[in-house]
Amino acid sequence: MSSTLEHDPRVVAEQQGLRGFVASLGRRLREGDVGQLPVLLGLVVIAIIFQRASHGLFLTPFNMVNLTSQMAAVGTMSVGVVLILLLGEIDLSVGIVSGMCAAVMAVLTVILDVSPAIGLGLGILTGTAVGLFQGAWITLFGIPSFVVTLSGLIGWQGVLLHVLGRNGTINLQDPLILGLANTYLKGATAYAVALAFLLYVAGGPILAQLRRGRAGLVAPMSFVVARGAVVSAAVLGAVFALERDRGVALGLVFLLALIVLMDFVLRRTRLGRMIYAIGGNAEAARRAGLPVQRIRVLVFVLASTLAAWGGMLGASRLRAVNQSAGQGQVLLNAIAAAVIGGTSLFGGRGSVWSALFGILVIQSISNGMDMLSLQNSIKMMVTAGVLLAAVTIDAILRRGRQASGR
Amino acid sequence: MVSAGIERKALLQLEGVGKRFGAVQALNDVSFDVRPPEVVALVGDNGAGKSTLIKVIAGIYACDSGKIRWDGREVSIRSPNDSRSLGIATVYQDLALCDNLDVVANLFLGRETARPRGPLGVLDEIAMESRAVQVLRRLSVKIPSVRIPIASLSGGQRQSVAVARSVLWDNKVVLLDEPTAALGVAQTKEVLELIKRLRDDGLGVVLISHNLADVFEVADRITVLRLGRFVGTYDAKTVGREQLVALMTGAVPGIPEHADPTASDLAASTAAPLPPAGGTAP
Repeated sequence: MSSTLEHDPRVVAEQQGLRGFVASLGRRLREGDVGQLPVLLGLVVIAIIFQRASHGLFLTPFNMVNLTSQMAAVGTMSVGVVLILLLGEIDLSVGIVSGMCAAVMAVLTVILDVSPAIGLGLGILTGTAVGLFQGAWITLFGIPSFVVTLSGLIGWQGVLLHVLGRNGTINLQDPLILGLANTYLKGATAYAVALAFLLYVAGGPILAQLRRGRAGLVAPMSFVVARGAVVSAAVLGAVFALERDRGVALGLVFLLALIVLMDFVLRRTRLGRMIYAIGGNAEAARRAGLPVQRIRVLVFVLASTLAAWGGMLGASRLRAVNQSAGQGQVLLNAIAAAVIGGTSLFGGRGSVWSALFGILVIQSISNGMDMLSLQNSIKMMVTAGVLLAAVTIDAILRRGRQASGR
Repeated sequence: MVSAGIERKALLQLEGVGKRFGAVQALNDVSFDVRPPEVVALVGDNGAGKSTLIKVIAGIYACDSGKIRWDGREVSIRSPNDSRSLGIATVYQDLALCDNLDVVANLFLGRETARPRGPLGVLDEIAMESRAVQVLRRLSVKIPSVRIPIASLSGGQRQSVAVARSVLWDNKVVLLDEPTAALGVAQTKEVLELIKRLRDDGLGVVLISHNLADVFEVADRITVLRLGRFVGTYDAKTVGREQLVALMTGAVPGIPEHADPTASDLAASTAAPLPPAGGTAP
């Protein structure tokens, strides 16, 4: 059996083979169905600019290790933001929740002498509780998430200051907590992790197409094979480079594992399907019998929990928690990363990979400008410019999608 | 009985149903039945109570009075789930599709094939896609691919997907609310053909439409409502278009099914109401 239904001459069919691949790529470009292509091109441009401006210091193993370990904390928060955006909601409290939960963990482990593992667990559970509270408030009273999480942004900051009390800064010394962001994988371990990652990212789609083909469904192979080859080369090249310095940061491994897990949940499970459906048309989802309110609460819980986990990674990297934890640009960067990566602000469109690519863009710019010793003022203006460019590209692509009926 | 050929049994049967919203009696002593396989059209002017009646059957509103029978057994429909579990599917005017999801995802929305049970069940995309292709082909629904988002489909194709979703689940009665309202000529024809195929598959189709041309094209019987009251149910082959308009607007008083036809002026006309539905019921 083949899935080509009766042919409609108005529709451009997908051709097989290389010609079909090129043709469908061109059509996708014109129609704005480009996925992660703009952000990947942006990354290449950014890398070239900083590589030249820094006289070859940007793309060195040393700086790549710095960059990848810098991005783990906010990247983790951004994964939660993607989930929220897919529902068509917003969470303005992720930044401060990360700081507040880190403060809870620091007070527990350093001042109250709770064991580090329990302290980390309780810190993360604090995030879970915050998400449950905000999500329930939003759904019970039907208040826009913007307002509830804005009040969270202010309120949790108060809690953060209150929890830290007179200790303006708490230094962390426990090896387990510091190990989260300051451990690097080298040699066989690093390559084993890379292979496991590639098995999912490159191998998974090829396997899926093979199974579709066996079941008699249309299964174009060229695209997934080409993409798998490119991704494999990129990942193995990156591990090779990182390995020549300190190695693959554990924080990055955590982030990639989280992304793989959430990608699977979003694309392959009933829960993911429900999240996309609610973001696309909440009323249709409700009429189809989906537990819309419960899923909403669950996603807010996930986002706050991931924010708390990001806060732990951030505290570990900084080796301290202070009164400005999770503030400043953390929130903006977490949301900007998701949007720059291509997740729509209007719900239902996007993928968890946008957190990875978006945070790569933001961290590259930040890291590159640090390298050029530019001032914070300039960094903020440039980051704003990139965010504006990203949403503009999204808006233009949207117009292309609409013109082609997507 | 009458010489109406094979007397089909009423699967869904409403008797003397009433529904009041505050001071407004939206439905008053309405009787209506569906005898699969058939297409029964529900017509009436604006405010006649068509949508209210559909919503009573779909479980959106619970009726205040009257009886509902399913397969001869008295049932109560208090929620959309009650209606759904009987085997009644409803396709609303706004279709309730997710634009961002593909055709397969929309067809199976809320009832995905997945293992294990529960929200973390892994979707069996191959099984769902095969089943989707099979059903769409059986209904001769023309769409470019089952893997494109609903947003890229035309209005008629979306309507077809929405209807196909209602037959995917072994439903026995399908309620269609103005399925051709927003469609062009060719797309309307496509959807009407689809409605006929549903009947040929053995389903009971309830069609709400303002468009009498559509009604005459597909309907076997026509039930007329006016101002929340039941006017009559007529054989689509014998009732004339002008008569139907007159019945809808109240220019001619209708004859309820259960009234004695000879008591009315219309008795002699071709618009003779059909025999009562309960003919074969116990």
